[in-house]
Amino acid sequence: MKLELGLIHVTDVQFGPESKIEGSVVYLNEEEIKKIVLEDETIKSVKLDIARPGESVRITPVKDVVEPRVKVEGRGGVFPGWTHKVDTVGEGKTNVLKGMAVVTTGKIVGFQEGVIDMVGEGAKYTPFSKTVNLVLDIEPVEGLKQHEYEKAVRLANLKVSTAIGELARNITPDEVKVYEHDTIMEGIKKYPDLPRVGYVLMLQSQGLLHDTYVYGVDAKQTLTTMIMPTEIFDGAIVSGNCVSACDKNPTYIHENNPVVEELFAQHGKTLNFVGVIITNENVYLADKMRSSDWSAKLCKYLGLDGVIISQEGFGNPDTDLIMNCKKIEAEGVKTVLITDEYAGQDGASQSLADADVAADAVVTGGNANVVVHLPKLDKVIGHIEYVDTIAGGWSGSLQPDGSIIAELQVITSSTNEQGFGKLSAR
Amino acid sequence: MCTVTPISLTVGANRIVPTIAIPHPLGNPALDHDEEKKLRRRLVEKALKALQTPIDDQTIFE
Amino acid sequence: MYKIVHYINQFYAGIGGEDHADVPPAKMAEIPAVSKAFNAAFKGEAEIVATIYCGDSYFAENTDKALNEICEMIKAENPDMVIAGPAFNAGRYGFAAGNVAAAVKAQLGIPTLTGMYEENPGTDYKSKTIIVPTKNSAAGMRDAVAKMAPLALKLAKGEELGPYYVEGYMYTGIRKNLFEEERGAKRAVDMMLKKLAGEPFITEFPMPNFDRVAPNPPVADITKAKIALCTSGGIVPKGNPDHIESSSASHYGKYDIEGVQYLTSETYQTAHGGYDPVYANEDPNRVLPVDVMRDLEREGKIGSLHRYFYATVGNGTAVANAKKFAAEYAQELKADGVDAVILTST
Repeated sequence: MKLELGLIHVTDVQFGPESKIEGSVVYLNEEEIKKIVLEDETIKSVKLDIARPGESVRITPVKDVVEPRVKVEGRGGVFPGWTHKVDTVGEGKTNVLKGMAVVTTGKIVGFQEGVIDMVGEGAKYTPFSKTVNLVLDIEPVEGLKQHEYEKAVRLANLKVSTAIGELARNITPDEVKVYEHDTIMEGIKKYPDLPRVGYVLMLQSQGLLHDTYVYGVDAKQTLTTMIMPTEIFDGAIVSGNCVSACDKNPTYIHENNPVVEELFAQHGKTLNFVGVIITNENVYLADKMRSSDWSAKLCKYLGLDGVIISQEGFGNPDTDLIMNCKKIEAEGVKTVLITDEYAGQDGASQSLADADVAADAVVTGGNANVVVHLPKLDKVIGHIEYVDTIAGGWSGSLQPDGSIIAELQVITSSTNEQGFGKLSAR
Repeated sequence: MCTVTPISLTVGANRIVPTIAIPHPLGNPALDHDEEKKLRRRLVEKALKALQTPIDDQTIFE
Repeated sequence: MYKIVHYINQFYAGIGGEDHADVPPAKMAEIPAVSKAFNAAFKGEAEIVATIYCGDSYFAENTDKALNEICEMIKAENPDMVIAGPAFNAGRYGFAAGNVAAAVKAQLGIPTLTGMYEENPGTDYKSKTIIVPTKNSAAGMRDAVAKMAPLALKLAKGEELGPYYVEGYMYTGIRKNLFEEERGAKRAVDMMLKKLAGEPFITEFPMPNFDRVAPNPPVADITKAKIALCTSGGIVPKGNPDHIESSSASHYGKYDIEGVQYLTSETYQTAHGGYDPVYANEDPNRVLPVDVMRDLEREGKIGSLHRYFYATVGNGTAVANAKKFAAEYAQELKADGVDAVILTST
């Protein structure tokens, strides 16, 4: 399976009379974008805004972040099961608007929405301070239930991102990255002496507002299975997640899965990247047992020498992580885990809810309990009043002077567990 | 009383009673009210039994 | 020139061995050989200005008193940092050195450093001071001084030490955030390649050890027992009057349920932000079984349901906090004559 990602470097997004891409600037007709959002009758109104790196702007409460992409060649379209019908993606050519993102905000849906600061202390921790962000501030109709609101916002982002991606269909990319994934037989023949390495990608699936979708299917209703790594780059995995902002995987991070990228970078050189196993994090113990049994079974069946396991969220998913680790190690397959920590504000507490001696190789995205002081910024896109109630904030987090004192938890993707960022802890 | 008993074992709880699910440990929204309450009572009775049982080590009362 | 105070035991003070271990703390008139060895290693950047000793037995038997006296003596010198030991594998010396280093840091806010063998029981203080691993006997003095002196200098200058595996001190268990050169995914793949090749690698997070407590004896007669309900599932009166955080809770609530027959969606809710709250909000008894406990109380199956329940949010809440909450309200439960507790978690 071969996928070419054509990167079009975006340096700015501006509103204008015509939606188009010229050079490295994306121009958007505001009314066209609004129309797409308002097609959904559960949405009452939408406000658009643009936040650029270095501007004194804070976006909160952030729900999802999406990177616009368009399938130029090959089967299917991006976000299969959502904005395109279900069809296997991951092959051919896909154009990517690199350097921009579509961010959704709105009145809070759950407890757990994030903060993106475009400048200052907070900007150090979120990858989305480095992208030019089109922000959709979406207000639902009266009486809409939380989970329906989440769905409306999720769909709005995917539709707008798809429409913006379309603008890049006929643009010649600035840079092309080729990802070629061998079949099992090809891999064995080509690289008989390289260690066989896989990736167990854990998806948050704890229930309403804590969900992830694969080709449109709610991951909590799935058994552990395999996905081709290039399918992920085509938007096969979509976030519907309102868990803590720091360590949920926004759709953007799935589209740019860093573990997949790094394994591709080593493929054929130091290792043979065999495949990706996706597994869930459910709320029933039986599901946890079954899903982790299945991960271990697949690792063994694929004849893997090692797997990287990435977690999403924290707390009881720590158990899914440890179960996966223990069971996979018991099959003789070596593991490296990627997680983050809740070691208390002083860093002195135990970081994970579960532990095992088999987990001897761990990469951490940092301690999410660390308190950060975010200065007042000139402009807020969204609704600042929710800072006190989002996970990582407390009553009084929003200071009278407009600054914020809260845990790192509140910052979108600050302790990402796919290893997207450079933050760590010791 | 908890759903994810492996965590209870890791953190050192001694008398452990497994429950239904994380968001509703002592209930099951799929059941009607009376059935659900009966289920809850069975679980609590199991906890009472656990409290009356001598143990030497961490024990899960299935 | 930075000023350093050195703490040692009676042996290194030249007073004597085990038979002189009962001497109380005192400041030496002239600094001994071991302090001079450090001074040589500082190459003029810092100097041990005073050496304080104490007999190991005296310290062990009069710990609080000795600590007070030693802290006073150190305070009087107003040093930039304090070195204790190295104690190698001497257990009581390690205990004293670790204790002094921890107390000076905590009480006087002065940076401290000690050194000892990995199996010395004094290493229990490694989360409270910086401990450099040494050989197991005084034959390793030269090596210990060579490792400790540069760290002592950094601490005296008020510099932050790098991570333990770079600087060579023992893992403190205190987690500190830092930015790495490479992103996490790259670090994971690099670690995987090392692990597969059987090469040494350093995990970024050593697995923790959790506490164990001996099980309590069973309740003798449950029909007479007063039973309390507690939960980490965040059940609170509607409106969350104590503002318990949806994640990383800093406190717990104590709520009176006298006369409450069951919990309703109008009167109670969950404050927990880590699970889908719909079911708990609809019927809070699903997390805190007040309804069933009242039935059992009425039927005489239990003595009584305690008048108060205790609740916090277990979502991203530090174990140390949770432990502190329970230690506190366990005293209240005992004082209230509660015989048993049912703790529900989500």
